[in-house]
Amino acid sequence: MSMLRPDLAVIADHVAPGSRVLDIGCGDGALMAALRDAHGCDARGLEIDPGNVAAAVARGLSVIQGDADVDLAGYPDQSFDYAILSQTLQTARAPDVVLDHLLRIGRRAFVSFPNFAQWRVRVSLLWGGRMPVTRQLPEQWYDTPNIHHVTIDDFRAFLRDRRITVEGAWFLSGDRQRSSAAANLLAQHAIFLLRR
Amino acid sequence: MTADDRFGCNRLATLPGPLRLDGGVLLSPVEIAYQTYGTLAADGGNAILVCHALTGDQHVASAHPRTGKPGWWTRLIGPGKPIDPARDFVICTNVIGSCMGSSGPASVNPATGRPWGMRFPVITIRDMVRAQAMLLDHLGVARLKAVVGGSMGGMQALSWAATFPDRVAAAVVIASTARHSAQNIAFHEVGRQAIMADPKWNGGDYYGGEPPAAGLAVARMAAHITYLSEAGLTEKFGRRLQAREAKSFGFDADFQVESYLRHQGLSFVDRFDANSYLYITRALDYFDLAEEHGGLLANAFRGGTTRFCLVSFDTDWLYPTLESRNIVQALNAAGAPVSFVELTSPYGHDAFLLDAPEMNRVVDGFLRGGR
Repeated sequence: MSMLRPDLAVIADHVAPGSRVLDIGCGDGALMAALRDAHGCDARGLEIDPGNVAAAVARGLSVIQGDADVDLAGYPDQSFDYAILSQTLQTARAPDVVLDHLLRIGRRAFVSFPNFAQWRVRVSLLWGGRMPVTRQLPEQWYDTPNIHHVTIDDFRAFLRDRRITVEGAWFLSGDRQRSSAAANLLAQHAIFLLRR
Repeated sequence: MTADDRFGCNRLATLPGPLRLDGGVLLSPVEIAYQTYGTLAADGGNAILVCHALTGDQHVASAHPRTGKPGWWTRLIGPGKPIDPARDFVICTNVIGSCMGSSGPASVNPATGRPWGMRFPVITIRDMVRAQAMLLDHLGVARLKAVVGGSMGGMQALSWAATFPDRVAAAVVIASTARHSAQNIAFHEVGRQAIMADPKWNGGDYYGGEPPAAGLAVARMAAHITYLSEAGLTEKFGRRLQAREAKSFGFDADFQVESYLRHQGLSFVDRFDANSYLYITRALDYFDLAEEHGGLLANAFRGGTTRFCLVSFDTDWLYPTLESRNIVQALNAAGAPVSFVELTSPYGHDAFLLDAPEMNRVVDGFLRGGR
């Protein structure tokens, strides 16, 4: 499991063994494989990139090529214990709609995203006057897939407005977890466990 | 294991039946020409059924006994390939209705001692599948590790999972659809009318005489266009002229694409029976898996344990990606494990028969994933 990206490792650690999991934006299936092999989960995936889909299927995983903005509508209500959206929220055309689907399809949802209010990002914008290019946000403004940047406080406010329950939240700097204190300033990534 | 003449190359099983067809007719006996490769494991767990397309045959991984051409899917099946007879027991049957040895309009009607012709009962994709199931009973194969097919073969794979869910662990459905669209039916109707407009067709009674070659060739030409992409045709032929410097101001095959299609049509009539073409295109047009299950495709797959893998190609306009997506959505609704990928290819529908390393990678991973 040490090979997992830190936010995925957090998710893997908190998924109940043997659950049914839908990983939206599953990439090459690293988290799904870990959930299947180490946690006995029945994992399914949705991924937009055909090369990634081929790689995941080659691992024996059930992955569908599709777009979170379009293809979630076809999944039945409450058909999974968990719906997972890792590092994909900020790339969606309609992140609020995607989140609605997540909480409809899964009894619970994991959502992870890069925090746009982390201090390095703030410094870059405040003092450099430039869109930040950092380790967690490595693309230039014109080629970034991240079209809906969001901060931890934005996301919390959104959850409050939508009356979505937070069952857990984890914050990362690099691969280290940190407390929720001043997370909006200090954390690079956030992971939320949500339910309706 | 002692030599068992049920297994091996160029086999023909004459099964007593009767096979109750969707059209209500009882077919008896049922003849099935087939090939097997590899050895059936003692626990029977390594059997893979490969299903062929409209004009295909059972010679999937070995040379055709008459033409000497290599098997039609040696890119997917063979030593070191995703389906490997060293590990898998591979079965490929000629579908009923066809003309490569299985019961069809060209075979002899036992009641009259003469070829069936158009008195052969109309068959469906599900009838083909039920006949295959009878053959598996004959071979002692209770359950398939996988059923694999492209185009009409993919429809058989879907129909297998819907009809015999307990007998199929995994289904690979490539460049296929769960129903024939109006456009699909329309192209087939052009082909059928071309055959039936040929005076030599004679209501289907041409055996022993000259077959309706001209009509069948035109049918093949029209269908062949649907197997290729526009970009593929443009790249291969463009507007280039065939062995001449200038247009002839006549109706010879001036253009290379005309010459190519004529060649495709003419070479087809040597190997295929016109009546079989009518029957199998009819079976394809009748295919609508949702209709067989109360109008809801998901119902076809509910309660089964089959794993599914679907592959489409972005330039396939015969069975476009949307058709695969509809199947995927139904499988999701039924809670079935499903993988799907749309691959890029310039070759249109035919891509599944050509060199497609990504397709092999996906199928290999999927079949291994079953373990």
